[in-house]
Amino acid sequence: MARVLITMPAEARRGEIIEIRCLIAHPMETGYRTGDDGKRLTRNIIRRFRCFFGGELVFSAELFPAVAANPLISFWLRASESGELRFSWEGDEGFSQVETRVLTVT
Amino acid sequence: MKRRAVLGWLALSGQLASASTEELRAAILLYTGGVEPKPGGVQIDIAPLVENGNAVPVTLRVDDSPMRPDDHVQGIALFNQLNPQRDVARFSLTPASGKAQVATRIRLATSQQLVAVAKLSDGSYRSQAVDVVVTLAACVE
Amino acid sequence: MKLAFAAVLLLPLLLGASASRRSGYDMMSPALQAMQRDDGSNPAMLWADGGRALWQQWACGKCHAPAAQSMSGVAARYPAFDTALKKPITLAQRIQQCRRLDHGAELVPESEDLLSIGAWIALQSRGQPAAPPTDERLRPFRERGQILFERRIGQLNLSCAQCHDQRAGAKLGGSTIPEAHPTGYPLYRLEWQGLGSLQRRLRNCAAGVRAQPWDWNSEELVDLELYLMQRAAGMPMDAPAVRP
Repeated sequence: MARVLITMPAEARRGEIIEIRCLIAHPMETGYRTGDDGKRLTRNIIRRFRCFFGGELVFSAELFPAVAANPLISFWLRASESGELRFSWEGDEGFSQVETRVLTVT
Repeated sequence: MKRRAVLGWLALSGQLASASTEELRAAILLYTGGVEPKPGGVQIDIAPLVENGNAVPVTLRVDDSPMRPDDHVQGIALFNQLNPQRDVARFSLTPASGKAQVATRIRLATSQQLVAVAKLSDGSYRSQAVDVVVTLAACVE
Repeated sequence: MKLAFAAVLLLPLLLGASASRRSGYDMMSPALQAMQRDDGSNPAMLWADGGRALWQQWACGKCHAPAAQSMSGVAARYPAFDTALKKPITLAQRIQQCRRLDHGAELVPESEDLLSIGAWIALQSRGQPAAPPTDERLRPFRERGQILFERRIGQLNLSCAQCHDQRAGAKLGGSTIPEAHPTGYPLYRLEWQGLGSLQRRLRNCAAGVRAQPWDWNSEELVDLELYLMQRAAGMPMDAPAVRP
């Protein structure tokens, strides 16, 4: 389980557009570096990030090796109703992680 | 002040095409399905001078989209000129996004041009190019 | 009139040495400063958060009050004198001791766990001034640290002082030479794409001038850190920081 930091307001007014920032610990090994033994280090990156609200996909990102290690993704969401946000990261070497957060909309 | 160099497609195709610029154009057209993006309408916020290319903050945005079901930004993609490969990231948005703005941190191997392309719900594409100078670290571990 | 004029000339001295010292944070680009300031984007916070989890997992609370209280100011006053060992030790060594003696667990230098708990504890001193202890027993070690700082080493035959005292602010290749204050450690160095300790950085510096890097937890590294903290006395702690 990689460490994750999600920054978002716990509460929002209906219609308010909130910023969500997701930071995850991951080396995002590009596949272009060579190790000390001269051999190419295998690519190991997060390839896809998705955010679902109430089961519906609201935002997604396709990442390539040019995204920095410990990737930060910031995006916005219009708060429509209270519900659960599900964040998922998938990548090389079977990497898969899901986090959930509750958003209360008043 | 963030420097934004507007590079029209006319100017780009008019230049002597280096291999990387050709690849950049090809990567962009792959994203747009062959449609020529119109310059302007999408912004890249990035420092014009970067002291370390390992983690460069960048914000991509389309400021004037109402993000309504009938009129919204469906995607924003970022391409580069001189990294080992042209793609950096592709973001997909929905009307629920509310605001067409994404931010991340990217790797830049050297001073180069970046191009952002926005895909709009009416099938059109907008683009913006920016030049970034990257100074490289002296002491590499 | 003459008195006022003299006072203006002496103002930097009156304000204290800290007025003219600049931390690595001060010398970074605005983009990196913003990255450090924002806990939601500072990659170092991934480790600090991990440290918070370890504090609970290891039940540090059995002996220590909550970290925000019990660890407040601690990182600011290390290295400190260890009476049993009769020499100074770093905060990381103190944590290693604690885990070893009280829990029978060995934390390896520069391991993810030690870095994480170190980041979490250092965070509790953020904003507080570096406060090296005035303990007289530290004096000979600090002086050794100063001698090391001023001694030329390596194939390039350079001393720390030549870059970081005499040429701070100038450029080495594309990088600005910092004054080399330790107040941000452990920190996320973009070069490392991860969190690392002051000792890792000092070992890099030695390798950079083609000198044999000192061993982890060697007396040289501890003496250097002791001297660097004295040199930075009064400057605000900003760990866990971001640096290029």
